[in-house]
Amino acid sequence: MRVTIDGVQHSATPGQTVAGALLADGRTSWRTTRGAGKPRGVFCGIGVCFDCLVTVNGVADVRACQRLLAEGDDIRTEEP
Amino acid sequence: MRVVVIGGGPAGVAAAEAAVRAGADTVLVDSEPTLGGQFHRGNPQRVDSRVRHLANSTVWAVQGLRLHIRTGPADSPTRTGEAIDADAVVIATGAHDRVVPFPGWDLPGVYTAGAAQALAKGQGIAIGQRVLVSGTGPFLLPVAESLKHVGANVLGICDANTGAGWLRHPRAANPTKIAELLGYAIRLRTSWQPRTAVVAAHGDDKVSAVTVAKLNPDWTIRSQRRVAVDAVCVGHGFTPRLELAVSAGCKLADGFIAVDHTGATSVPGWYAAGEVTGIGGADLAAAEGEVAGTAAAGGPCPATALAKVRSGRRFAAALAAAHPIRPGWQTWLADDTLVCRCEEVTYRALREAIDLDATGTRTFKLTSRVGLGLCQGRMCGRSAVDLATTLAAQRRTFFTPADLQRRPIATPLRLAELASLPEEDL
Ligand SMILES: Cc1cc2nc3c(=O)[nH]c(=O)nc-3n(C[C@H](O)[C@H](O)[C@H](O)COP(=O)(O)OP(=O)(O)OC[C@H]3O[C@@H](n4cnc5c(N)ncnc54)[C@H](O)[C@@H]3O)c2cc1C
Ligand code: FES
Repeated sequence: MRVTIDGVQHSATPGQTVAGALLADGRTSWRTTRGAGKPRGVFCGIGVCFDCLVTVNGVADVRACQRLLAEGDDIRTEEP
Repeated sequence: MRVVVIGGGPAGVAAAEAAVRAGADTVLVDSEPTLGGQFHRGNPQRVDSRVRHLANSTVWAVQGLRLHIRTGPADSPTRTGEAIDADAVVIATGAHDRVVPFPGWDLPGVYTAGAAQALAKGQGIAIGQRVLVSGTGPFLLPVAESLKHVGANVLGICDANTGAGWLRHPRAANPTKIAELLGYAIRLRTSWQPRTAVVAAHGDDKVSAVTVAKLNPDWTIRSQRRVAVDAVCVGHGFTPRLELAVSAGCKLADGFIAVDHTGATSVPGWYAAGEVTGIGGADLAAAEGEVAGTAAAGGPCPATALAKVRSGRRFAAALAAAHPIRPGWQTWLADDTLVCRCEEVTYRALREAIDLDATGTRTFKLTSRVGLGLCQGRMCGRSAVDLATTLAAQRRTFFTPADLQRRPIATPLRLAELASLPEEDL
């Protein structure tokens, strides 16, 4: 499977989540908080905390730990 | 007779199979793409082919016995909606980790124990190379084991309690469970450190070290040292996912759904099984599911499963008694420690809200904004109530820790999705 993360092509495997791909790429944070601008990545890992938000195919606020990658997905983070 | 089971973990799968065996038309709704819940993550389970399994499907609201469901990729506006009318419902939505706040718990590289487990089992990813596991309870052991499997060096497991009371507890004399835990201890060869906790995480953009403290029995700090790590995972037990039960009107007891021996809740037609009724592990969850699924379908009570439920619940009660959350964690916080991660509400801001005489959960939330972010207090709610109760007592203000679980929409919907719902669905 081919996906794009912040404009860079990556290969992904079925069952891999967006968070799984970002972490496998060595990224531990990809978003900053609205108030203090602090970095955030995965915290709860199961869809409860909303720390891990990314933009998928133009749709913002998708939980990276919950979304499975699909062929051709375009993932954008706030902090490329 | 239609039984709808919500949640496809050990409890939900067992409930659906029992209901279908008892002759009910059975639907199993689960938000994950594959069945198995938290315990079997990475090892998809099957369900009896007579059960209609709705994968990637989340129940987001209930109206009487009508369930509103969205199906499709997580958080996608392309999800489709459906409403199902049930004659009986089994809630088996499980739990998520509870983590008490500490300075630096919002730094990247700090994970919940469940996240470390889910990433290891589901994605084959180690959260770090030098990892500490901290919190309380036997769940820390399988987490440490999974971390080792994916190549992490687990520096130690810090348990804020001793757990000793539990092994000595006559009601916990459950040989299988004790053998399971001893098995972990032998295989892990990792130091297990009782009365010890990670009380602060340090780093700029990512955790690079933590403060590990020796604790007094009430969890206040006795002594501390710094340990270099590149990740830490923390779990202080679990919080049940109660939204649907609360909006259905089910009574709670001690923070879980109150059920009788068949899994029936206080609301006719509504049953519950698994960690939403108490924390006791996957085997107990499955036995509870079998009992509740049978009862929901009107079948005869399965005696073997019921016996398992009874002994499992005794074990669970002993477990809970041996792994309490002691109030000393509140002394770990600094003024600028975040309590609410979403709205970035600090400990200082909570204190100021109480000083302004916030006399109930609602005023307290509106003044401080605690619990008003995207997670709706799921991460911080219980800690915020504990802190507010302590602070209010010190200032002699009146504070009732009201129910912070009331969330009419159980899972976030996109505005576009809400707007596109047909009127009769709302
Ligand atoms: C992240 C995590 C990892 C864990 N890993 C282990 C482990 O490795 N070993 C162990 O012994 N214990 C583990 N536990 C403890 C575990 O919860 C229990 O052992 C067991 O899985 C509980 O079973 P259950 O059926 O009650 O709930 P769960 O297994 O949690 O299953 C609940 C299911 O309901 C679904 N769900 C929730 N809300 C909705 C909704 N509104 N609509 C539709 N579906 C919904 C969830 O997606 C999930 O699939 C873990 C807990 C967590 C939180
Ligand atoms: S990490 Fe908590 S929602 Fe994704």
